Amino acid sequence: MDIAGVRWTTEQVLALAPDDASRRAGARLSAAGPWSDAGSSGEGAVWGLCKGSGKKPYQTVIDTKGPAYKCSCPSRKFPCKHALGLLLLWAAEGTAAVRTVVDVGDGPAPDWAEEWLRGRRKRSEEQEERAKAEAEGTAGHADPEAARRRAERRAARITGGAQELEQRLTDLLRGGLAAAEQSGYGLWEETAARMVDAQAPGLAARVRELGSIPGSGAGWPVRLLEESALLHLLDQGWLGIERLPAPLATTVRTRVGLPSPADGPPVKDHWLVLAQYDTSDGKITTRRIWLYGRESGHTALVLGFGAAGRSPQPALPVGLVIEAELTPHAGAGQLRADLGEEVGVPEATGTAPPGGTTTAAVEAYGSALREDPWLESWPVTLTDVIPVPDGGDGDGWQLADADGESALPIAPAALGRPGLWKLVALSGGGPVTVFGECGHRGFTPLAVWSAGSSETVQLT
Amino acid sequence: MTGTTSWEELVTSALLGTDRRTPPADVMAPGQDAPVALLDAAALHTLRRRAGLLPARAAARPEPAPEDDRRELPEPARRRLAQLLADRSAPAGTGGRRGTAPDLTELLPQWLTAANDHGYRAPAAALPALLDAARGRNDLRPHALAFAGPRGLWLARFNPDWKFALRGASGGAVLPGVQDSEAVRQLWEQGLFAERVALLAAVRAQDANAARALLATSWSTERAEDRLMFLDSLRAGLSDLDEPFLEEALSDRSRNVRATAAELLSALPNSALAARMAARAATCVSLDRTGGPTGPTVIVEAPHECDADMQRDGVSPTPPSGRGERSWWLGQLVEASPLSIWPERLGGRTPEDIVTLPVLDDWTDELHAAWCRAAVRQRDARWARALLGPPAVSPVAGPGASSLAERAKLLGTLPVAERASWVAEFIAAHGLSEAFQLLGVCAVPWSGPLGRAVVDALDIARDGGSYPWSFSGVMGLAERCLDPAEASHLEILTATPDEAEGASPGAGGYWSEAFQRLVSTLRLRAAMMSELTGDPERPERPDIT
Repeated sequence: MDIAGVRWTTEQVLALAPDDASRRAGARLSAAGPWSDAGSSGEGAVWGLCKGSGKKPYQTVIDTKGPAYKCSCPSRKFPCKHALGLLLLWAAEGTAAVRTVVDVGDGPAPDWAEEWLRGRRKRSEEQEERAKAEAEGTAGHADPEAARRRAERRAARITGGAQELEQRLTDLLRGGLAAAEQSGYGLWEETAARMVDAQAPGLAARVRELGSIPGSGAGWPVRLLEESALLHLLDQGWLGIERLPAPLATTVRTRVGLPSPADGPPVKDHWLVLAQYDTSDGKITTRRIWLYGRESGHTALVLGFGAAGRSPQPALPVGLVIEAELTPHAGAGQLRADLGEEVGVPEATGTAPPGGTTTAAVEAYGSALREDPWLESWPVTLTDVIPVPDGGDGDGWQLADADGESALPIAPAALGRPGLWKLVALSGGGPVTVFGECGHRGFTPLAVWSAGSSETVQLT
Repeated sequence: MTGTTSWEELVTSALLGTDRRTPPADVMAPGQDAPVALLDAAALHTLRRRAGLLPARAAARPEPAPEDDRRELPEPARRRLAQLLADRSAPAGTGGRRGTAPDLTELLPQWLTAANDHGYRAPAAALPALLDAARGRNDLRPHALAFAGPRGLWLARFNPDWKFALRGASGGAVLPGVQDSEAVRQLWEQGLFAERVALLAAVRAQDANAARALLATSWSTERAEDRLMFLDSLRAGLSDLDEPFLEEALSDRSRNVRATAAELLSALPNSALAARMAARAATCVSLDRTGGPTGPTVIVEAPHECDADMQRDGVSPTPPSGRGERSWWLGQLVEASPLSIWPERLGGRTPEDIVTLPVLDDWTDELHAAWCRAAVRQRDARWARALLGPPAVSPVAGPGASSLAERAKLLGTLPVAERASWVAEFIAAHGLSEAFQLLGVCAVPWSGPLGRAVVDALDIARDGGSYPWSFSGVMGLAERCLDPAEASHLEILTATPDEAEGASPGAGGYWSEAFQRLVSTLRLRAAMMSELTGDPERPERPDIT
């Protein structure tokens, strides 16, 4: 195994860009022109000087483990276009067939880069020590009594919120959903604000969702009834939480919006990065990264959050395999896990995870609902499926088993995305392997492998 | 609570409200509020439905995409393509300061041409971006679609945004072999217009007679605009054998078809039409042998009428506004006459001598312009050379063509090497301000002398103290057309010079930036090309001194 690890691909680097504008700006900086003194170390650090409009070139350094970036430019984007450009340059050299542009060869880092890299190494050592100290119980700086009182106060407020919300839902049903169309969004927005006050962000988010349903097109009353009923179920779950079995109680707490601890037994594995995509509610960008453990066979979800304009952390290169330790969150049927501090240098291109038929996929979602009734979808890999236009008069598509008569409709939200066309192009009418989220709205494809290829093609 | 209540009943109660419509009795537990009972039942139903989901029935599967047996792109080239396509939506050529980084959008056409020349297949995952790029840029379309190949066309069928690909398809992949006469006939009779045009071109490339015969089978029933397009496709490989067909088309119902037929015939110097035009033109232009004070002079007597025969031969009777009828007719006669008649008509002189002869009564411009058009139409390099004159002579003082557009067209008839050296000398003598159009007809990459002439002229412009954006057009061309091997010679120009007396403030820095971009673009092009050849050799890396 090459000590420097596998260099990332262009697509993987571009996926790290916080927005389209920096993606383009980065691509334009990926040629030799402005770069000098570029280099990389065997431990996954990449650095270079980029000539900008000023006299002094910008100093850009990246630790691809993590990854973490530092650049002396004034950009608030993260990673900035210089970091992206340099990574693209480095990625292009990874193929080693041609080294024409700038030689990002291996060697010792210059002082300015080394200083930052040393700082990072030191911090991670300190963190490790602190973690060790905590594990040994020597770091008991918190007052457990005060923490307990705080938790009780918060639980009481959430209970108040849940009762208020129940009242609101029964009022809605008493007066009829038809009236909800007229009452408009404002009323729900106000209820959502009350849930935020009650420190139940999970309830607040669901209430906001409810508010958007009456304007969501044909069939909205059915959807509104379904979501109201599930929200009612969550309220009831919280109000009777002491009667629930422990794992389900944890799930209810998480759904209401209380942080669930990442305290499961850590899993060390070689994780294939299946997909990474961001969603935004205007204030916070949420990043979801799906990982598949080569040895454990586990699928895990790593979440990252970023304020507006900043790219959430972490960022992992889709399609490569990283060695890392994941700590699962508690709760029934939870896939969420935290990424350990030490992430190895990406090692190799991963082949598709094992998968199954479309029937197996809906069954997997169905049984996951038993653990967590509020689950929107479940991660599955479909083996040997063909994208097919669904034959209706709309623009619908489905993924059909190559052998057999079953198919999963592609979720409406995924139909408008460019990834759909990549999927169709890659299949060319033949069977492919697809990873995605399977739920009651249909299947959302996130990654695809064509027959006989180990390359993971991102659809996000 | 039991499960017999249907979902529809619950929805109805929920819509109207439990005050108006009591939920079905079997969902109501004793002492329970009606809305709560309804919500409980709905939650149960919802979960039951979600947990019990079944797959849908598979719709009819599409025909698989046809095989594409072209070679797979080498890995580095594949990455480069992803990068070029990622940059495609960047605003291009917005003017102003462009920085030192290459403009990738401008390199995409070159990359596609080279990839097609090497016979590579487009990576499937790149097809959507490729089709989107082709949709937005007409200049990219033919290359992008050729590269996208049969799978690209297959994919385009599913997305209305990409309809253009089916309409404009050259259809290389779907055409039958031209030997398969039955398949050819069938496609000719039933194919889409674009397919038929492509078919005609393909057959003509193999066998001009067969193509004409194919065209003749349906000629009388084609629509006028289709006849025009089919006729136009005879332009490729035009020969004397096409004359009878064209001669017949001179009597076509459509004026545009008649005019095109006449134009094609006049490009055949041995055709009867050319002879008729020659006879007409000869009566208009003659030599005054007695000689005035300045020696022999050309006398022009423009036609006095445009009769029916002239009109049948494609002469348009009505001049555009602002032009006299008689000069309009004269221009058309001379343009359509074989250039070979003039030496004999004008005292056995060579074209070079003829263009220097004085012309009486201000007919010079009219006559020379018509000769220029004739030289272009008949692709006559000897006449083009004579009309262009020596490159060092000022365009105003020279013979023949004075407009740059005309000169560019004349240059197009010269052999590639001669074209480049003519433009090189022109630039050396006159600088860059008028060179843009002429550079556009030169072959890419530019020849050594031409490239050096452009770089020298840029260097002179810089020393002259102007700003580089006065030359941004030529600079942009140079980025795309200079031979990448020139990069090392240009390195020295990237330094920021000391501010010279009287120079525009800061110009030196901007020039340095512009040259840096030029150098890095050339390096990038060299890299692009070596990635496409899959050549593991490192191209020469210039020493930085």
